[in-house]
Amino acid sequence: METLATFLNGFLPEGLTTLIVIILKIVAILLPLILAVAYTTFAERKIIGYMQVRMGPNRVGPKGWLQPIADTVKLMFKEIISPTKSSTIVFFIAPMLALAPALAVWSVVPFWDGGVLADVNAGLLLVLAITSLDVFGVILAGWASNSKYAILSSLRVGAQVVAYEIAMGFALVGVLMAAGSLNLSDIVRAQEGGIQNWFAWPLIGLLVVYFIAGVAETNRAPFDVAEGESEIVAGFHIEYSGMAFALFFLAEYASMILISTLTALMFLGGWLSPFGHALDDIPVIGFILGDGFHWLFIKAFIFLFCYLWFRATFPRYRYDQIMRLGWKVLIPVTLVWIFAEGIAIALGWKPWL
Amino acid sequence: MFRHIAHLIKSFTLFELFKGLSVTGKYLFKRKFTIQYPEQKTPLSPRFRGHHALRRYPNGQERCIACKLCEAVCPALAIDIELEEREDGTRRTTKYDIDFFKCIYCGFCEEACPVDAIVETHIFEYHFEERGKNVITKEELLAFGDKHEAEIAKRKAADAPYR
Repeated sequence: METLATFLNGFLPEGLTTLIVIILKIVAILLPLILAVAYTTFAERKIIGYMQVRMGPNRVGPKGWLQPIADTVKLMFKEIISPTKSSTIVFFIAPMLALAPALAVWSVVPFWDGGVLADVNAGLLLVLAITSLDVFGVILAGWASNSKYAILSSLRVGAQVVAYEIAMGFALVGVLMAAGSLNLSDIVRAQEGGIQNWFAWPLIGLLVVYFIAGVAETNRAPFDVAEGESEIVAGFHIEYSGMAFALFFLAEYASMILISTLTALMFLGGWLSPFGHALDDIPVIGFILGDGFHWLFIKAFIFLFCYLWFRATFPRYRYDQIMRLGWKVLIPVTLVWIFAEGIAIALGWKPWL
Repeated sequence: MFRHIAHLIKSFTLFELFKGLSVTGKYLFKRKFTIQYPEQKTPLSPRFRGHHALRRYPNGQERCIACKLCEAVCPALAIDIELEEREDGTRRTTKYDIDFFKCIYCGFCEEACPVDAIVETHIFEYHFEERGKNVITKEELLAFGDKHEAEIAKRKAADAPYR
């Protein structure tokens, strides 16, 4: 990147160079992300299939590896239909509003030490703020569709996201208390020094709460009342087809990957190796055993796998049970945990600080 | 009181959830039941009821004597028979149509047949390419029977002891 910037500076004004470099970085983040989304859908179908003692897709390409490509091509060539009495502009803006925040958050996610698009000081706040915007796309989609199923679904999503946002925020408060910083890179660096220093151990309760809230936030099973097939057909995206539907799909899976990555960053030490720096000096494999992007990838994949595992295992929650879990269980649990953590910090017990 | 605390501990350790996850986790590694259809096929019973066929005697004479028992027994009224008396005094069909859209593949025609003329074969992979082709005529049925006679005879013999 630096060499490219100096090369471009030779014949372009400086502002333009910066712009080009930033755009290139964005592309470098988004292209793999979208590819990851495509293959997450494939992994989902495969893993759930295997858990249901069947094969999953295995016809398109070798072992079915081209299945997501085929799905995308199919969706691209489908007609986008808008209901006659829908409010057309909102109807088409909604999927973009759902997708944009899910992608924008990736700007502050550090992939390795220094490998971050925007090293914002208050990165965690930005993450919380932008992920909350996600719900607007869903609500607008439900409203613009002019369909009873869609509006019911978006109402459910609205209430659910509000309920779980609080638990999620409190869980992150615990992390920032432990790390003493809102910058995601600093949070990861605070977990330096091997697996025993990860926040997952002292904050195990918050990890569980955060991940449960994350699953609820992304409207995934068992919290997917937003698209409860048995009651409201497909929920907020019932009237969408073709690429408009694909955008919602993309947004959902991008948020899934995001939540998995954030959980890995904040509780499992992100790009840090579980061995600390103890094994860095081993000749060939030291490179692999040391810190690096691959550890973040592995950790995020574990959580992503959990998402799919949950979907294959748990039946859908009843709506009032979701609300009860959110307000009456998760929020008190995080509050107690934060209180205990605050006492521990005040008294100077710091196994992790 | 004790039960209450036990319940509390159980729910906060997510005991039941991990139990469920372990079940699906085990199934992840189980042998899969999927049959890769066009390449792999399940074994068929000799009694399998698929596409119909009309059989002939080894000397080439058609078996069907137009007794219309199959037409009478057919619950879906899929069979349509017309007959004549031939010059040699035998009673034969001039028309033997089976409408495959009506047919429910119950096998009653085969059961009713006194001379084992109409049979349901093991072949179930067939299709119609034009409207109206779903009505299979006598010629087609005979040709189908001639084509697969060896396999039909084998399956009949395999099933014979149990009839």
